Amino acid sequence: MSMQVSSYDLIHEDRQKGIFRVNRQALTSDDVLALERERIFKRCWLYLGHASEVRKPGDFVTRKVMRRPIIFNRDKHGELRAFYNTCPHRGAQVCRERAGSAKSFQCAYHGWTFDNDGGLRGVPGRESYPKDFNANGMYDLPEVQRMESYCDFVFVNFDAGAESLEDYLGGAKDYLQLIALQSKVGMEVISGTQEYHARANWKLLLENSADGYHALTTHATYFDYLKERDGKAAVENNKGKSVFNKPFGQVIDLGNGHTVSESDGAIPWGRPIARFRPGMGEAAREAIEEVRRQLVDRLGEERARIVAEKDFNMLVFPNLAVLNIMAVTVRTFYPLAPDKMDVRAWALGPQDEAATLRDLRMRNFVEFLGPAGFATPDDVEMLELCQEGYQCQPGADWNDLSRGMLTEHEHAAKQDEMQMRNFWRRWRQMLASDDRVSFKIAS
Amino acid sequence: MLRLEVEDFLYREAALLDRWQLMEWTDLFTEDGEYQVPSTDLPPGAEPSSSLFLIYDDRFRLEQRAKRLTKRTAHAEFPPSKTRHTIFNVRVLEENGDDITVECAFVVYRAKREYLDIYPGMTEYRLVRGEDGFRIRRKRAVLDLDALRPQGKVSIIL
Repeated sequence: MSMQVSSYDLIHEDRQKGIFRVNRQALTSDDVLALERERIFKRCWLYLGHASEVRKPGDFVTRKVMRRPIIFNRDKHGELRAFYNTCPHRGAQVCRERAGSAKSFQCAYHGWTFDNDGGLRGVPGRESYPKDFNANGMYDLPEVQRMESYCDFVFVNFDAGAESLEDYLGGAKDYLQLIALQSKVGMEVISGTQEYHARANWKLLLENSADGYHALTTHATYFDYLKERDGKAAVENNKGKSVFNKPFGQVIDLGNGHTVSESDGAIPWGRPIARFRPGMGEAAREAIEEVRRQLVDRLGEERARIVAEKDFNMLVFPNLAVLNIMAVTVRTFYPLAPDKMDVRAWALGPQDEAATLRDLRMRNFVEFLGPAGFATPDDVEMLELCQEGYQCQPGADWNDLSRGMLTEHEHAAKQDEMQMRNFWRRWRQMLASDDRVSFKIAS
Repeated sequence: MLRLEVEDFLYREAALLDRWQLMEWTDLFTEDGEYQVPSTDLPPGAEPSSSLFLIYDDRFRLEQRAKRLTKRTAHAEFPPSKTRHTIFNVRVLEENGDDITVECAFVVYRAKREYLDIYPGMTEYRLVRGEDGFRIRRKRAVLDLDALRPQGKVSIIL
C-alpha cells in the first residue's frame, strides 16, 4: 500500500520497552533522499576542508560538497574563501585542477577571468557590454553563502541564515580542539586522499563510523593480526577474552545530532601522539616518549594524558566523521543515490612531526583504515550487503538499533547503539514538516 | 632475453594471485620485500612514509594481508572474488648487477556478486636475481584511476 508518511513514521521508538527501529525506506527511497537534500544538506554545516590545505595566498583546492563544485582557497589578502566553481556568465567550472596556486581563474569557455578573491578582472569584448557592467559585483565569482572555521576545520553552509558554525558544533568543538592540541604549531592534512564509492546509503557509513558493536565480528581478521603482531596480551585479558567483549568507554550526546564514542586508555593500539605500544617497534619508543614529555610541558599532566590516551570516533551531523584512533582521519560521505555514496578520507598529523613518527603514523593509518586497509573493505562489504538486503521490502522492513536503549540515560557504552539513535532522532526532526513523502510502507 | 625471463616471472605471480595461492605469492618477496599502492590523487614519486597511500606493506604486513585474505572472516573476499591479472607493456628500465627495475602496465578484473570492477594501472617492480630466480624487493602498483569510483575498495592484491 502506498501512503503519505512523515519522517516520524519511519522511526519506531518505544522508550518503555527499549526498542528503536528504523524503517528501511529511509535507506532506499528516492523521496527520502530528495527531502534530505532540501532539509539536511541545504541547512547543515558541511565540512569543506582544512586550513592547512591552502597555506599560502593563492593556494587552492577544488572539491565537491554535496555535488556542488567548490573552490576552497586563500585569496591574495590571506583570507580563506569558498567560491562556487561556476562562471557567472554561462556556468562552466573556472578551475579544473584538483589543487595548486593561482592568482586568478580563467573560464575556458569565453575567457572571463577572476581574481583569487573572486572579483571579475577581465571580460573579452568588454566594449560590447554596458559601461557599468558588474558595478554591483553581480558578475564576480559567486561565493558560497556561508563559510566558517573552527580550529582550522573549515565548513560551508548553503543557507545564508544558518546559525553560526560554533553554535552548530556545540559539544563537538571540544573534540576538534583535542585534535588541534596534538601540535604546538597546528595540524595539517597529509597529502593523499582516499576517495571511493560505496554501493550503499550514506547513512550506513555514518552508523558504521562509530559502531563499537561490529568490531569483533566484522574486524575479526584485524584482531587476529594484532594478536600476531603484538602478542595475545594486547587484545585479550588474562581469561583469553577480547578486550572488546565487555562494554567499555562511553557515548556522549554533543547536541544538534552530533555524538562522540570515546574511551580512555582501553584500546590495544599505540599511536605517535603519544602512546607507545610494543608492536610499534622499540626504535619508536624514545621518540614517542619524548612527544609525551613535550605534551606534558605544554598542556600539563592531565590534559596531556587526555590528548594521548583518549580515543574517539566523533560523528558531526550529518556526514562528517572525525576519528582519533590509531591515526587521525577526517571522513565525509555524500549521497549520489539512495544506494550509492561518495566517500573521501584524509589523514591529519602535526605540522611539526618528525619524519620517523610521520612514517609510523602513515603505517598505522593504512593498516586499519581506508579502502585497502585490514578493516575498511570489510566495513564497506557489510554496508553493501545491508543495502542489498533492503531490497526485501515489503517483507523485511525494519532495522533495529535498540542496543543499550533502556540504560542510555545513565550510561551508554561504545558497543551500544546510542550514537546511531542520536543521529536518527535529529534526522527525524530535521526532515519532519508538513511535506510528506509517498511510498510503500509495511506495518 | 632478460625481458622474457621477467615476463615469465610476472605471469607466474599473476597466476598465483588469480588462483588465490596467496601464501605462495608472499614467497616471491625478499625478506625485506614491500608492497605499496599510492592513493589515486598523489603525484608520481610520492612516498608512503610522508603521503597517505592505500597500501604500505612491509614484509610482515604483506604476509598478514595474504593470510587475512584466505580466511572466511575476510568478509570483502568471502567467498573469494574471481580475478584476472593481465600484464603487458613490460619494460626493463634498469639492470644493475642483480638488481633489476621493471615497469609494466596491468589491468586486473574482479568479479564479485553482481559487479565487475576493473583496476587499470602501472606497476614498478624492483627485482633481485637470486640463485633460484627472481625475488621482489618492492612492488608498487599505481592505479590509473581518479578515485576508486566505482570500485570502492582494493580488497584483492593487485
